[in-house]
Amino acid sequence: MTSDIVFFLLAAISVFTALMVVFSKSPIYSVMWLIACFFSIAGHYVMLNAQFLAIVHIIVYAGAIMVLMLFTVMLLNLNKESEPHKSILSKSIGIITGGMLFLVLLAAMRSTQLGPYSAPETTDVGFVQKVGMKLFTDYLLPFEMTSVLFIAAMIGSVVLAKKERNI
Amino acid sequence: MQLTNRSKVVVKKEMSFVEKLYLPAIFSGLSITIKHLFKKKATLRYPEVTREFAPVYRGMHVLKRDEQGRENCTACGLCAVACPAEAITMDAAERQKGEEYLYREEKYAAKYEINMLRCIYCGLCEEACPKDAIYLTDRIVPSEYSRGKFVFGKDVLVENIDERIDISKRKKSYKID
Amino acid sequence: MSVLIFKVILIVIIFLISLGLAAYATYGERKVAAFLQDRIGPDRAGPFGLLQPIADGVKMFLKEEIIPTVSDKFLFILGPSLFMVTALMTSAVIPWGTPMEFGGVTYHLQVADINIGILYVLGVVSLGVYGIMLGGWSSNNKYALLGAIRASSQMISYELAMGMSVIAVLLISDGSLSLNAIVEGQKGLNWNVFYQPLAALIFIITAFAECNRTPFDLPESESELIGGYHTEYSSMKLGLYLFAEYINMFISSAIISSLFFGGYNFPGLEYLQTVLPTNLVSLISFGAFFTKILFFIFFFMWVRWTIPRFRYDQLMRLGWQVLMPLAIINVLITGAVVTFFGN
Repeated sequence: MTSDIVFFLLAAISVFTALMVVFSKSPIYSVMWLIACFFSIAGHYVMLNAQFLAIVHIIVYAGAIMVLMLFTVMLLNLNKESEPHKSILSKSIGIITGGMLFLVLLAAMRSTQLGPYSAPETTDVGFVQKVGMKLFTDYLLPFEMTSVLFIAAMIGSVVLAKKERNI
Repeated sequence: MQLTNRSKVVVKKEMSFVEKLYLPAIFSGLSITIKHLFKKKATLRYPEVTREFAPVYRGMHVLKRDEQGRENCTACGLCAVACPAEAITMDAAERQKGEEYLYREEKYAAKYEINMLRCIYCGLCEEACPKDAIYLTDRIVPSEYSRGKFVFGKDVLVENIDERIDISKRKKSYKID
Repeated sequence: MSVLIFKVILIVIIFLISLGLAAYATYGERKVAAFLQDRIGPDRAGPFGLLQPIADGVKMFLKEEIIPTVSDKFLFILGPSLFMVTALMTSAVIPWGTPMEFGGVTYHLQVADINIGILYVLGVVSLGVYGIMLGGWSSNNKYALLGAIRASSQMISYELAMGMSVIAVLLISDGSLSLNAIVEGQKGLNWNVFYQPLAALIFIITAFAECNRTPFDLPESESELIGGYHTEYSSMKLGLYLFAEYINMFISSAIISSLFFGGYNFPGLEYLQTVLPTNLVSLISFGAFFTKILFFIFFFMWVRWTIPRFRYDQLMRLGWQVLMPLAIINVLITGAVVTFFGN
């Protein structure tokens, strides 16, 4: 019963903070709301007894990626005065693309079947050992592919940074 | 051209592997600082402990009295003339009848002022004095909040009869009797 | 239910110890600095100047509080609060001593023995940078912003090497992430530092960087950035920043000693457990742990008053081109040894 209350509380917080990310005027506040959103999602992971995922989610997203985002936003010095004026054309293009994405999502959601949720038999699905075993046996290929992708991205960024220096 | 043999030739050589590690350098630095932890401290806890002065230390002036408690100064003005900073001024007056126990000679200084902000503590007044009247002591001029208070008059400079200022060390080391 | 009460008491005690130790670390820092420079240090407030932290605290509270008019007021206040909160949060997973026993019930001297203990520490540490970044940005001061940017890039860079050096430790301690299990595996003098000296060295260096301590104190380097990220701060908000730095130092020392220096273990603990009552042994083990922590806090200060500050490019080169590859090689070698030769 308490877990239900906690779930709905967390869900409400996630939705509210996610909305605030979009609606807040200052980009810095958007970033802050997004961090709060990540925390509530980490809370959901903890509810599912996936502590490892929760903490990795916080370390990677809230601890590293959002710091970089904040970094960029701070350096860009975005505020009300320097916000570029957007033409009606770009606004309407934005609305059309956003609406199309929404349609796709809606179509995808329509075909899903919401069945009753059944908790997994064992409660330690999210533990480090279990996640590790799964990753390195059942999902070995996708895991390795992701690492290759990351290395490609890293090398690419290094190449880009190097190129600038030569000019 | 070599002027002294203290000059060092600066060579920017490649560092060896051990030097590149920096760790030996860091540890030698750490050992140096830890040695200082146990060394004697240079600081004195000032108001409780004072540093010992050299016998020739020149601090605040004193106007001496003789053994019978009479002021030595005759307001001859030689100290004021000798003073390179022009810090000393005085007014002379004649000794009246019945004042013999106050002043040693017929003439005395009615007013004797040293501007402590002008004074450079060179000690020339002391050298100039023919009457053994003025001495620089190892006392420190106290700090004040306003500049006016640094013009010291006779009330500060003349020693009290019952608490004499000891200048024997200074006489011994510096003045030839 | 009584376990809950015990945990609450434990939390309060740890909280008070962290704050008290941080306060006296400021005093200790000044004393150590003075002694290393042949001076005496603060000795006017109380005997040996022991009341100095209290005097400093009172001074901090009574100072005028200034919030720059062009700053973002909410974020300006949020910055130091966040920094303090994240500094205090880390102590939850540290095992402080062997279990205590009251009325036949065992109580662990650890607030939460979660199975991802060390990851939790890394996560909270990575959040600490927000306090600095928000404070630096909302001050609307270029020096503060520079300090904040330096802090964030420095922390992100060194976190990687830190995590890598921890992985090597996890490999030799049966793969458990719980700090309690890691400490349990270092009985007697079986400390991880003897098996993983390189990882210990990397971890200590990165801990210095994460705490923004000299030689990595670029975010607040006084000689170039005035005060760095806390340039515009005054009164107790500045106090919180300075205070949190010392709490970070305390927590880092606790984690260094529990990861590599045996935590509450010391040679002869097992023997004492057979002779003395459980609670007394628990207190003694806590004392041993605390001695190690105090030594590392002293080490932090000792290094600060010995080594000059890095240049920024040197800092980045050290982080990415030296510590990071070293940590990865260390993990590879450890992994190979564990796989082919067993433990």
